[in-house]
Amino acid sequence: MSIKSLFIAVLAISFVQCKSVAQTTAVVETPAKESIHKFAPLPYSYDALEPYIDKMTMEIHYSRHHQAYYNNFMAAIKGTDLESTPMIDIFAQMSTHSVAIKNNGGGYWNHEFFWNVMIPGGASEPTGKLADAIKESFGSFEEFKKQFADAGAKRFGSGWAWLSVAQDGKLFISSTANQDNPLMNTETLRGTPVLAIDVWEHAYYLKYQNKRADYLAAFWNVVNWDVVNQNFEQAVR
Amino acid sequence: MSFTLPQLPYAYDALEPHFDAMTMEIHHTKHHAAYVNNVNNAIAGTPADALSVEEICKNIKDYPVAVRNNGGGHYNHSLFWSILSPNGGGKPSGKLASEIEATFGSFEQFQEKFNAAAATRFGSGWAWLCVNGGKLEVCSTPNQDNPLMPDTGCGGTPILGLDVWEHAYYLKFQNRRPDYIATFWNIVNWAEVERRYAELV
Repeated sequence: MSIKSLFIAVLAISFVQCKSVAQTTAVVETPAKESIHKFAPLPYSYDALEPYIDKMTMEIHYSRHHQAYYNNFMAAIKGTDLESTPMIDIFAQMSTHSVAIKNNGGGYWNHEFFWNVMIPGGASEPTGKLADAIKESFGSFEEFKKQFADAGAKRFGSGWAWLSVAQDGKLFISSTANQDNPLMNTETLRGTPVLAIDVWEHAYYLKYQNKRADYLAAFWNVVNWDVVNQNFEQAVR
Repeated sequence: MSFTLPQLPYAYDALEPHFDAMTMEIHHTKHHAAYVNNVNNAIAGTPADALSVEEICKNIKDYPVAVRNNGGGHYNHSLFWSILSPNGGGKPSGKLASEIEATFGSFEQFQEKFNAAAATRFGSGWAWLCVNGGKLEVCSTPNQDNPLMPDTGCGGTPILGLDVWEHAYYLKFQNRRPDYIATFWNIVNWAEVERRYAELV
């Protein structure tokens, strides 16, 4: 059974249950409360990141991969209090949740975060406190880029590379497997992400094929350091 | 003694229209070739240099992660090319066919189990049909692990495998992994799978 038909089946079952309750008790039902989790539109057009990330990849990545993670996540949390629990709190308790919630909740959050750090326009280099923090943690911006790309290159299989703020306010680079992220309490290296890159093959294969290093190098052309700076300031508040 | 990239027993376009020529070429000359180079570098001058890739996999805990990832990649892809054929498809025959029926109920039920293992492997990995303690089993492993490696949740020796890393299908199928899995059945080299089965029972 496909995930889509399972999702539709879950919805259909919920509908039937509501209907039969109404018939036996003749109670006027209040509509179910909407979840706080929304599927945000992509903040720019599919071709906005050309030539670094191709239009077809952006379209498939957003409308199929990201959309599927959202659909599957919503199906996994349907009827539970997670429908009104912020993602950050779900991640903080990830060890208590199912694999479906981890994989799809992670996929849902990670991709929205990723689209936002690539919003066109914005600074092409870090400035202010973030620039200072990068220099302090890595020696220089160039060295930071090298280490971040290295983390992305060395992540074997599917996953993500991250720049995050740790509990002590210090920046660190890490990578995670599959759709895991540093906010999850299942991770050894935990922190609040400020920058991320998707290194699942679906993120780059149509344009770069096996050449992940070329994709990692091209990424610097699309990072919006104003957004990253905002992420950093929120994380160290 | 270093490992070498095996030649494919067919041209890159031989599995069209099921597996596309570009994917076959990149998969073989870039992905598999890199695993071979990397495992050779990782084992050079070490005791593993004298072992077969099967022996390395069976004792994988003795070796660093670079050997696991690249040695596994070399073993897995070598098996994969051998169980594909432009003249493949259809169903198995003989002892393997009866054993599939006895174990899974029918060939179609076996396919359903295998399809599910391949479709539900989250992230990168492989789906397998193995002989484990004389019995047939279907399972999946992450990344470049395989059932020869201990503690993967899969046991025994694989006789059939399907690569579900996105590089195996993305150019032609993009996110549609189930379509890729469905097309795989058109090119399975059952003669080779039966040969591997016969060696184990």
